[in-house]
Order: sequence, then C-alpha cells, then structure tokens
Amino acid sequence: MITQGMFAYLPPLTDAEIAEQVAWAMDHGWPLSLEHTDDPHPRNTYWSMWDLPMFDVGDPAAVLAEVRRARDAFPDHYVRLNAYDARLGRQTTAMSFLVHRPAVEATYRLVRSEGADRRIAYTVERAR
Amino acid sequence: MAEDRWGAGVLAYADMGYWQPDYVPRETDVLAVFRMTPQDGVPPEEAGAAVAGESSTATWTVVWTDRLTAHDHYQAKCYRVEPVPGTPGQFLAYIAYDLDLFEEGSVANLTSSIIGNVFGFKPLKALRLEDMRIPVAYVKTFAGPPHGVVMEREYLGKYGRPLLGATVKPKLGLSARNYGRVVYEALRGGLDFTKDDENINSQPFMRWRDRFLFGMEAVNRACAETGEIKGHYLNVTAGTMEQMYERADFARDLGSVVVMVDLTVGYTAIQSMSAWARRHGVLLHLHRAGHSTFTRQKSHGVSFRVLAKWLRLAGVDHLHAGTVVGKLEGDPASVSGFYDVLRKDRIEADPSRGLYFEQEWAAMAPVLPVASGGIHAGQMHQLLDLFGDDVVLQFGGGTIGHPMGIAAGAEANRVALEAMVKARNAGRDLLREGPDVLRAAARHCPALDAALATWGQVTFDYASTDTPDVAATPVPA
Repeated sequence: MITQGMFAYLPPLTDAEIAEQVAWAMDHGWPLSLEHTDDPHPRNTYWSMWDLPMFDVGDPAAVLAEVRRARDAFPDHYVRLNAYDARLGRQTTAMSFLVHRPAVEATYRLVRSEGADRRIAYTVERAR
Repeated sequence: MAEDRWGAGVLAYADMGYWQPDYVPRETDVLAVFRMTPQDGVPPEEAGAAVAGESSTATWTVVWTDRLTAHDHYQAKCYRVEPVPGTPGQFLAYIAYDLDLFEEGSVANLTSSIIGNVFGFKPLKALRLEDMRIPVAYVKTFAGPPHGVVMEREYLGKYGRPLLGATVKPKLGLSARNYGRVVYEALRGGLDFTKDDENINSQPFMRWRDRFLFGMEAVNRACAETGEIKGHYLNVTAGTMEQMYERADFARDLGSVVVMVDLTVGYTAIQSMSAWARRHGVLLHLHRAGHSTFTRQKSHGVSFRVLAKWLRLAGVDHLHAGTVVGKLEGDPASVSGFYDVLRKDRIEADPSRGLYFEQEWAAMAPVLPVASGGIHAGQMHQLLDLFGDDVVLQFGGGTIGHPMGIAAGAEANRVALEAMVKARNAGRDLLREGPDVLRAAARHCPALDAALATWGQVTFDYASTDTPDVAATPVPA
C-alpha cells in the first residue's frame, strides 16, 4: 500500500477530521491546495494541480467542498491536500496528506539491472 | 609605561593589553565566553587576560618581536569577567577576537585558535568554552549544510511530521545479509531512515562494501513496497580521506540518498565530506561520536552548543542533539538551546537556556537535529512537544526489540507519531492527553499496543550534569 503523506498509517480521516487539520493550517496562515494523480511513484513530484492554491480562503468548509469535488472528478486517482508555508526560511510545503485513494491501489516493483562486481542498478517501476 | 611593557621578562597578561574592560566588541569580532576555575590566588581578571592571551598572540614572556606587528590589533581582548551565579571559584570570561585572526572557511583553524593551547594552562584548574558568537562576516565564509531541512524534505517528499529512524542493532557482529534484513524490515514497516552505528565501519565480520550492497537492496525493496523514498545512513567513516571518498562514491552509485560520518574523523574531513555531499546531492548525517568526552562536564571542555555551531559551519545535514527523555545526558533547557542553534536563522541570547550570545546565521541552511538513544513510542507526546516537526526521532531498540518483530516495531512508532501529530493539529493538549491519544491509536494497531505494554513505563530519570547556571525564573532573595 502507498504510505505517502502525514497520516498514511491511520484509518482514513473523516471529513470532520480533515476540517480540523485545515483549521490548523489556516491558523498558521498556510494556504491549502489539492493535487491528484494516477501514478504515485515515489519520484513523481508534480501531481496535477486541482485549480490554484486557495490563498484567500478562510473557511475550512470551503476547502472541504473542493476536496469533495476533486474526489468526485477523479475517483480513480490519489488526491492529496497540501498546506504551504511561505515564510522566509521555509517557503515550502508544511503539510501534505492523502484525502482519497482509488479502489484499486497502485503497486510498484523493483527492477534490478545487474552489473559488474555485484553492482545492481535499481529502478522502481509500476506493477499495477 | 612603554619601557615597562617591553622590558625582557614576565609580565602579567592583564598588563600586556589582554584585559580591556572598556573594550566594546565590534560587529565583526568573534566572541567567546569561557567558564574559568582559576588556581588559588590568581585574580579572575588576570585569568581572563591569560585565556585571551594564550588563545591569541601571547606567550609566557614578553617578546620584542610583538613590536614588529600591530599587536594591539591581533591580541584578543578579555572585556568582561563575572562570577558564575551560585558557583564559588568559577568565573565567566568574555573575550573578543578580531576577524583577522581566522582563516576563511576553516573550522580547524577556528578551533586551533580558540581551544588550541589554553585548556592546559597551569594557572587555571579548569576551563570550559561555554558559547561563541560567530559574526556574519565569518559565517559567510562557510558553505554550511549541503542541503538543509527544506531541501531534505522536498527531496524525500515528507512534510508536516518528524522523520523516523532506527539504528541497526546489535551494533556489532551481524553479517551483511542479516544486517540488510534489519534495514528492510524497519523501512517496510514504516520508518523513513535506518542507520549504521558510529562503530560500524569495515570490520572483519562485515566489510563496508558488502553492507552497502545488502543495505541498498533492502532500501530499494522498501521504497517499491511503500511508494515512499527511504534511506539508510551508510557510514563512510574510515582511516583515510581516500577510503572515505571511495565508500561515499560507491554509496552514491548505488542510489543512496544519504551517507554518514562520525565526529571522530575531524573537522577538516567533515568539511571535505560536506563539499562531496553537496556536489553529489547526497544528504550528510553526522554522528557525534566521542563528544561527551569534552562536552558533558560543566567545569572543563567545550559545550555542545559550541560544537553545534562549529558543525553547522562545517556543513552537515543531520546532527544528534539529545532526547531529554532518553538514556543519554540532556537537560531540557540546554537541549532546547542546542536545537535552536541548529534550526533557527536568528537566535537571541537566553542565559536560562545556556545561550550567552545572540547568533545570526544569515540564511545559512539549518541542520536537522536527531533525537536518538533510549526513546520509545510511549514517549511520543513528550518528544513531539519538546522538538516539534523538524527532527529525526530514532528508535533503535524501540523498533528492533519489538516482541512482534522489527516491521511491527516500526509500524508502532509510525502509528504513534502520526496519531500524535494529528491530535496536536486538532488542538489537543499533548502533555495532558498524549497517553490517551496513544491508547486510542493502539486500539486499531496491535503493534502499538504491544509496544506500549513492553516499554510504556520505561523512563531514564537521572539528574543532568550539564545544566544552565541561570534559572528561567530567578527566585527573589
């Protein structure tokens, strides 16, 4: 199972629990954004953006509405909710966790290319 | 006066210009504060002047060759001496050094100057370097950490929570194949990193190359299974720089995201590995092996907060900085000061946490502190409260000693961590409600339930040796 994000080892967050996390981000002045993909490869940095970051949204319910719209639009994708910290010295993602998984999870396999002196070059490749 | 100053023979250091109570330190001066225990009969101002002299230009007698130099420029100035609160016989000496005394970008030179000779000086019973202020002008001559906290998180794709690690145990004796098994189980179970211990280099029971090969097989298997980027700190510490480069190059070729070195390799070797790590995009983990020989005792040595500053300059991405609640030395106030030294861009002076000077890092990348040594899942609420998100929490025994196996130990730690971050963000009071949060999380995770049953009551409550002298809340007289 893909275990990316802050809460991958917990039971899926309910919408009410997602709203609590959104409120925490808003309390810190971190705008929320959504991204989705059907290829959560560990090196796939750039998931598709779901619209622009919600810079001026102060109501967790409005973010929740976008989460639901993104899930409905891409039921077979992974959807992650991010919070961004633009402060000097950070200027990077502050939070990121999955808010939707597809019914059939992506799996990856390790491809080994054997070289001299027992060296192996590894590639992580989509299995399903 | 001039004649007295330059006559052949021995003169008090204070009379040679090393005691200057009116001196106002310049913005570009390197500042140091020493804890001195002078021999009986040695006045504290003379002791402070002697420390300034012996750590800069002076020798035991007057030399006429000083007169060939602008000696008052090169000599360090002791500008303040004050008694250590509540500790008779000990004094703090504040000393200013002109920037001109130090080679650009060389921790070796900085330390040879400041602690090179003076710690064996007979008129002092003991001496400790408590803190330093590195001026921005000098900071800017160092490259600093090769990546820093932001780059590391973006590289790993991990945000909003502490990272989790474990040191492979037993430290010595495992074959390379068995060693890789521990790495694989711990990483697939939920940890972000596993770690070689400081004394795992290349011994007869396991040579470095074999460990690297089996270790990277383990790391890559775990990445493919979880869809996460994971790493194992491959320790490249060796007898020569050439061997270290060979090992680091091999780790890079196998795709490792991180290598490690021990403090025992020395400041110059650390700076060389730092440049290598930035050149190759590999994170650099530093294990502070040996530091307690000189950081722990309050009366003599070098405080860890000074070592932390030197290592941020030298340029490491990770540095062990204490756990407070674990098995190794660590007073809470002092450790909080160490974490600030590593993580913040600007630090205000705060004697209650042992921070004698303000420190401006001028955008030098922060170091990710590592909390390691005798910590377990049952302390997760305390650890998150103490250290926040930018830290690696390393549970070695607390992962590998789990009664259901290594992967279960890793899972227990990850579940405990995620549950605690979720609860904190939802506004819960960690210190009050933390144990309840853990118990609730354990209801859907048998591995965490077993971890709490095994270690829930384990604590290491001993008095700290290295504590600040100034209490946070002074008691009225």
